[in-house]
Amino acid sequence: MIVTTVAFYLFAAITVASGFMVISAKNPVHSVLFLILAFFNAAALFLLLGAEFVALILVIVYVGAVAVLFLFVVMMLDIDFSELREGFLQYLPVGALVGLILLVELALVFGGWVIAPGAAHAGAEPVAAFGALSNTRMIGFVLYTKYVYLFQAAGMILLVAMIGAIVLTLRHRQDIKRQVIANQVGRRREDAVEMKNVEPGQGI
Amino acid sequence: MEYKLATLPALGPAFPEIILAVGSLALLMYGAFNKSNTARQVSIGAVILQMIALVVVAVQPLGRMETFGGMFVSDDFSRLIKILILLGSSTAIIMSIGYIRHEKMERFEFPVLITLATLGMLMMVSANGLISLYMGLELQSLALYVIAAFNRDNVRSSEAGLKYFVLGALSSGMLLYGMSMVYGFTGSTEFDAIAHVLGQGRPSLGVIFGLVFIMAGLAFKVSAVPFHMWTPDVYEGSPTPVTALFAGAPKVAAMALILRVLFGAFPAIEPEWQQIVVFISIASMVLGAFAAIGQTNIKRLMAYSSIGHMGFALVGLAAGSADGIKGVIIYMTIYLVTNVGVFCCILSMRRNDRSVESISDLAGLSRSQPVTAFLFAMIMFSLAGVPPLAGFFGKLYVFLAAIHSGLYTLAVIGVVSSVVGAFYYLRVVKVMYFDEPAEPFDQPMRTELGILLGISGLFTIFFFAWPGPVVRAAELAAAALLH
Amino acid sequence: MAEFWTNYGIPFAIILGESLALLVALLIVTAYVLLADRKVWAAVQLRRGPNVVGAFGLLQSFADLLKFIFKEVIVPASSNKGVFLLAPLVTVTLALSAWAVVPLADGLVVSNINVGVLYILAISSLGVYGIIMGGWASNSKYPFLSALRSAAQMVSYEVSIGFVLVTILMTAGSLNLTDIVNAQHTVWFFIPHFPMFIIFFISALAETNRPPFDLVEAESELVAGFMVEYSSSPYMMFMLGEYVSILLMCAMTTILFLGGWLPPFNFVPFTWVPGLVWFLIKLLAVFFMFAMVKAMVPRYRYDQLMRLGWKVFLPFSLFWVVLTAGVLTFFDIAPK
Repeated sequence: MIVTTVAFYLFAAITVASGFMVISAKNPVHSVLFLILAFFNAAALFLLLGAEFVALILVIVYVGAVAVLFLFVVMMLDIDFSELREGFLQYLPVGALVGLILLVELALVFGGWVIAPGAAHAGAEPVAAFGALSNTRMIGFVLYTKYVYLFQAAGMILLVAMIGAIVLTLRHRQDIKRQVIANQVGRRREDAVEMKNVEPGQGI
Repeated sequence: MEYKLATLPALGPAFPEIILAVGSLALLMYGAFNKSNTARQVSIGAVILQMIALVVVAVQPLGRMETFGGMFVSDDFSRLIKILILLGSSTAIIMSIGYIRHEKMERFEFPVLITLATLGMLMMVSANGLISLYMGLELQSLALYVIAAFNRDNVRSSEAGLKYFVLGALSSGMLLYGMSMVYGFTGSTEFDAIAHVLGQGRPSLGVIFGLVFIMAGLAFKVSAVPFHMWTPDVYEGSPTPVTALFAGAPKVAAMALILRVLFGAFPAIEPEWQQIVVFISIASMVLGAFAAIGQTNIKRLMAYSSIGHMGFALVGLAAGSADGIKGVIIYMTIYLVTNVGVFCCILSMRRNDRSVESISDLAGLSRSQPVTAFLFAMIMFSLAGVPPLAGFFGKLYVFLAAIHSGLYTLAVIGVVSSVVGAFYYLRVVKVMYFDEPAEPFDQPMRTELGILLGISGLFTIFFFAWPGPVVRAAELAAAALLH
Repeated sequence: MAEFWTNYGIPFAIILGESLALLVALLIVTAYVLLADRKVWAAVQLRRGPNVVGAFGLLQSFADLLKFIFKEVIVPASSNKGVFLLAPLVTVTLALSAWAVVPLADGLVVSNINVGVLYILAISSLGVYGIIMGGWASNSKYPFLSALRSAAQMVSYEVSIGFVLVTILMTAGSLNLTDIVNAQHTVWFFIPHFPMFIIFFISALAETNRPPFDLVEAESELVAGFMVEYSSSPYMMFMLGEYVSILLMCAMTTILFLGGWLPPFNFVPFTWVPGLVWFLIKLLAVFFMFAMVKAMVPRYRYDQLMRLGWKVFLPFSLFWVVLTAGVLTFFDIAPK
């Protein structure tokens, strides 16, 4: 399985590297492009795990929609990011130090990792054995049955997000012309055209 | 196909939530498809909806019911808290009806968002696992971020919304991080399973790390020190009825959530979390008492006041006993009702058709509106904890519980900071009764505000005469939580 | 080492060979489809179209190819060079790579993956990057406006394409494209899902920026849209990518709605014709519709485009999803 291992390290390394480039690239558009690269490699990592559905959804949702809107906004912003970022290198050592301390702490935590006796058992497989089913099908089975509550709750959260976005930004402008398709389609010939028999030399 | 399709889960225990969810969608549709401004009708509809939900909660059978594969639980504890939440948020909607008209932000989404936030709070209270907890919390928070910024043409309101959002997102991040650690080290996201695993041996360091992060995230939601930074600015900047809501229902819900998490999932490591709670409690009480002294804006004052009160409520939690839980519930009940009265008064502080928020504006209220001033003064005394008003009993129960559990230092610090805190409550009373009268407020007070203030004031004054129902309900709830 | 060779080396070589064959076939088809597009357009306008290079202009596309290749590549001085040159490459690579999962006939597919539909959706949703990157990197007004337009347009129409795919995969019970075709033995899906067929076809026009939704390169408003600053081979790559994705959309319409390689009637004279031929005939028929629409329908205004996507297609396709799910469950005919 050496190929898998090599592939894993390749994708993982690119993910981390492009993650770093996201925060260090001078041009914000480049940052977003690196973010997309990071998404892609994360999707590839999912593929290596055999989770093809999650991998492709990651690409469709994050790369295909979220990052596009991201890019959209970043391109329209008139902000000199390099100016904002001037202090970046200055803070890098401090940030790195904090990160290092966190890493050491985490290492300590994991060093003292005592798995409670029942943990492995309690954490068993969240769903019954996969068998020959594809994982798309498997997700379908539990998403709307076992996890229906969470699924609906997530739906409510997204609804709130949508209401919020509309309520905070939408302004009904009164002074513009609007197209009403129904009126256009409902227009009859008699309302619009009138036949006039114009005598020569008379005008209307 | 071998895999058996699950049947529809029992919906009975979640009936109030379903009513709120479906009802808020209906209200949203009604508002969206109506060309005229329907804010008023939708507000009234939202209140009726919450009342229906409240009745449904009240008539649900006693005892513990689980549904949705154990992710959702309804017991005596959750029912009591849900009643409080529904009361808190429906009063906030009632308070807002006049306000949003005056401030030209009358849009039907406002009551709908409050209803959705309420739905989130109910889901939080009924959460029986880390994921359902998070879902409820996010639903509530997201709706609250939006209504904090609801007055979008007002810079301070937008700032409040943005600040709340950024810090709230940070706290959600911490919460999630903690949850993932707990999941990693116990192998489950269900409270019962976590408690089971933790009960079997020495807890690993990872779980405690996770618990600390979870506590940090939840402490943010109850605005306990050191995660209180957002509170004064958000309270001050948000529209006043929104502040009234923030001070009431979400605090009750988040406090209930903390109780549920700590007693539901982590009873086995009580000594560990007790230290955290004691620290947060002391810090909140002390900061609430001292930082409020210099405030001149009444909404900011109430922000610090609520920080302090969360500290007092946490004293009961620190006790870690059934008495302590009972104390917390009684405290939160009294706090909620008192808050309604305070914010009714703040909302009626209008001069020449504009809201005023400075404490000095209250000067001479005793002469222009003696009844209002009297009730307000009583409520202030109650917040300060002067016997025999309701607030005193709240403090009494939590401090007694702390003393029973041997937390003498905590109790003493609590009493001291309560005395310090009394200073600024009494200052408000002094301004009303003894200062040179300022120009009187617009008369008369809106009817609904008057009624709510009356109810709140009478509850505060006469709680001592008939505390039985609240205390008994709290006892029942505490017993249910410790099942 | 021998094991490595049999496990990875030989399959890799086979896939490489298949891909190359597909690539060459695709490029040739593209060349003639491009010519056909121009011929149809010309015929509608009572012109002759390209008729000089080769008999009936059959070699026109190859002449164009040579012309593009031998011209100088001009990179604007103030452009962002890396991204500027990356954009056409992204476009053409994505367009070609989507074909990896398209079954041309039973078993004739480079990679028969489980989630073929999702793969296609993913790749086609990425197509927008080529345009955005090209538009932005040109550092010029019109390309940039065009990039913004296309971003909004393509994201909008992907939503309804997604719902159309959901109805299809509910009916077929699989995300695998071969399975979807095989599920159409009884009836081609365009009959039960006729409204979805229409929505998919129109959304495909919008997704590939074909007229009447070619606001991305509306020449009366934006000169040539995001391609204004491009010339020579980068320009050719954009064109190539565009036509390859148009072909892909035709192939998808064929597979999802017109029964892929299946013959229209399952008896003798029809079953003698190989599947590949049926597939090609159907694909070209769909392409003919693409070409006719381009020739006949006037361009939409931008707000009309958005209205159509969000206010007409989205609610309707959502309704159809619910209806399909309801019907499948009610009559218990959902594929297991």
